[in-house]
Amino acid sequence: MAATKEEVFSKVQGALVDALGVDDEEVTPEARLVGDLGAESIDFLDIVFRLEKAFDIKIPRGELFPEDILTNAQYVENGRVTADGLKQLESRMPFADLSAFRDNPLVQDFGNLLTVKDMCRYVETKVGAG
Amino acid sequence: MRWFWIDRYTEFESGRAATAVKNVSLAEEHLHDHFPGAPLMPNSLVIEGLAQTGGLLVAEHGAYQERVVLAKVAKARFHFSAVPGDTLVYHTTIDDIHKDGAVVSGTSRVGDRLQGEVQLFFAHLNEATAGKWLYDPASLLAMLKLLGVYDVGRDAAGRPLEIPTTLAANAEG
Repeated sequence: MAATKEEVFSKVQGALVDALGVDDEEVTPEARLVGDLGAESIDFLDIVFRLEKAFDIKIPRGELFPEDILTNAQYVENGRVTADGLKQLESRMPFADLSAFRDNPLVQDFGNLLTVKDMCRYVETKVGAG
Repeated sequence: MRWFWIDRYTEFESGRAATAVKNVSLAEEHLHDHFPGAPLMPNSLVIEGLAQTGGLLVAEHGAYQERVVLAKVAKARFHFSAVPGDTLVYHTTIDDIHKDGAVVSGTSRVGDRLQGEVQLFFAHLNEATAGKWLYDPASLLAMLKLLGVYDVGRDAAGRPLEIPTTLAANAEG
């Protein structure tokens, strides 16, 4: 049975509260996982585990955070993602809003892109939320 | 391996749960400084003991072929401090286990009093270290025997736990 967007948000919020030790109120749709909620690299694996469990889904490595693109010399030049790399990111991450990143695609800033809303959109594609 | 923060296992159910005891003693030098005149078992070392209890359980599940490391203490809550003379009973349960790691819940008790509750997240080190043992196999096996894993251990079907063949072979070699 498809979940509603509210159900998805509520479960994503629960996973982030548990994984990051933040309060419910902090987990707003606009909150950035790294910048606002203080997520560190190891937290992403923890978050993936929690989302898989909460929604009974499988999240293949690299699907939510396509780190392989950022470590691929073909797509990175002088610490910036190339035009080809941006295309790859867009096709791999249709759930994320990359518009701001496109203006200044510094690899080091990539980790700070994802918002709670992006994560909800990603989960919605996995569970067919309407 | 001298960083022992458990004394021995009392239960070890492969892939599911393990219980170990830690006796707190005034003979432990760190208690003389923590704190002078008021020895308290540091809760950071309770977490370490729980991580050892659950970490070996996770490693056993993968026949010690994964390099299991404590990656994150997702939750830790303590209700009081253990003191010399207390026996801490650490109980850990595998909540979730994946290719990349595992989530373990644990409790620490003194008698029937709940002393602490944790949730630990273990990661499997990546392919770059594949095929390398995190511990020397002979030392690892000696440690498992010393901690009583093969005295109390049971496999998923309830039979006495056996030493994985790869570990046995490498420990001899």
